[in-house]
Amino acid sequence: MADTRNITVTVNGEAHSREVETRLTLADFLRHELNLTGTHVGCEHGVCGACTVLVGGTSARACLMLAVQCEGQEVVTVESLAAGGKLNPLQQAFQDHHGLQCGFCTPGILMTLTEFLREYPDPSEAEVRTALTGNLCRCTGYQAIVAATLDAAKRMRGGA
Amino acid sequence: MKPAPFTYHDPRTVAEACDLLATHENARVLAGGQSLMPMMNFRVAMPDHLVDLNRVGELSYLRWEGEALCVGAMTRQRDLEFSPDVGRRCPLLREALAHVGHRQTRNRGTFGGSLCHLDPSAELVNVTALLGGTLHAASKRGTRDIAFADFAVGYMTTSLEPHELLAGVTLPLPGDGRGHAFVEFARRHGDFAIVACSALIGFDRGGRIADAAIALSGLAHAPVRPAAIEKSLRGEQPGAAAFKAAAAEAGKLDAMADAYVTTTYRQHLARVLTYRALELASARAGERANG
Repeated sequence: MADTRNITVTVNGEAHSREVETRLTLADFLRHELNLTGTHVGCEHGVCGACTVLVGGTSARACLMLAVQCEGQEVVTVESLAAGGKLNPLQQAFQDHHGLQCGFCTPGILMTLTEFLREYPDPSEAEVRTALTGNLCRCTGYQAIVAATLDAAKRMRGGA
Repeated sequence: MKPAPFTYHDPRTVAEACDLLATHENARVLAGGQSLMPMMNFRVAMPDHLVDLNRVGELSYLRWEGEALCVGAMTRQRDLEFSPDVGRRCPLLREALAHVGHRQTRNRGTFGGSLCHLDPSAELVNVTALLGGTLHAASKRGTRDIAFADFAVGYMTTSLEPHELLAGVTLPLPGDGRGHAFVEFARRHGDFAIVACSALIGFDRGGRIADAAIALSGLAHAPVRPAAIEKSLRGEQPGAAAFKAAAAEAGKLDAMADAYVTTTYRQHLARVLTYRALELASARAGERANG
């Protein structure tokens, strides 16, 4: 008999109730139960950072959490960023600076930086690079991502 | 599904968690999940029962008791990193935390989880060894204190019994005027270090070294406290000559080898990092003495 539980998780402001196996990861819950496939799954052991989402307002690896651990919690994914179909300043800066090529790592990077820029509205390049250590990108060489982040921070401070 | 099937338990109190551990075979305690979850996703770990401590609020705390810092086992690494009191009263811990994984893993990862996982290079294990921490275990039979030296019994193996959980840790703070340092070498930022070295140094009134403590990770299954080297520094004039001699001895300590890193290279890093740690700790002790 599979060990299951009924859970209610608020994802991007909307409450979802499901019966899930307790061993289901948060990443698979988002993708397979809620069809929110913006959260990507890369290494599935916490190294690549592609599955990074916000849980209770802080960034976390969705592959290293169980869906049942999110009972009653607020989860925010990359799908929430472009309100009304318009790219937010961080996403727009990524497009403008070619901060992505294949785009596989991008959702995790955007969620990491969403948290980071709240804590560091005026970051140095070194701080941006440190913030990015937990996300692997094999296309860009990071240079364009760093440039996009610094520009996004500037735009979000109103200095565009 | 990545992990093998298990029965999930989410107790709300330490007593409930201890009851579960006492009555279930092949149970594992889940803390922040930044080590156990990867092991379960790989099916290296296949517990029949998972006892999740994330809803046990009483295990998450940060308290100062006299000259000691008491940390609950479920206290998140990020809470320690961002605590202004930790930064002021135990800057060594903050310096070490900057090397622990990444912001996403520190958000979830806990102090106790890192100690129980007991990676040979883990920064928080190193700091606990340097400060001579005492670990507090809880079980249905009650609580017991374990000195760090008796906690790490083998490679990634603690002296906790299967029915016990780690509830918290008491870390004696370095005395006033001590200089600290935590340095490591890893292939990438956030990786477990190949070798890490932490140090504390205090001066006497004449400006000589009154006491020195060193902890080296990455040489053996647990951090090494080289007592002979620590002792040899006492009474010495702080400076390149004394630190070079101590570092040379650190480079002669036994060191393990694995498929990636040889004994010789670990010994080389032990020498270089011991020198850097002593130099930095000494400079900071000097600033405190003069400031």
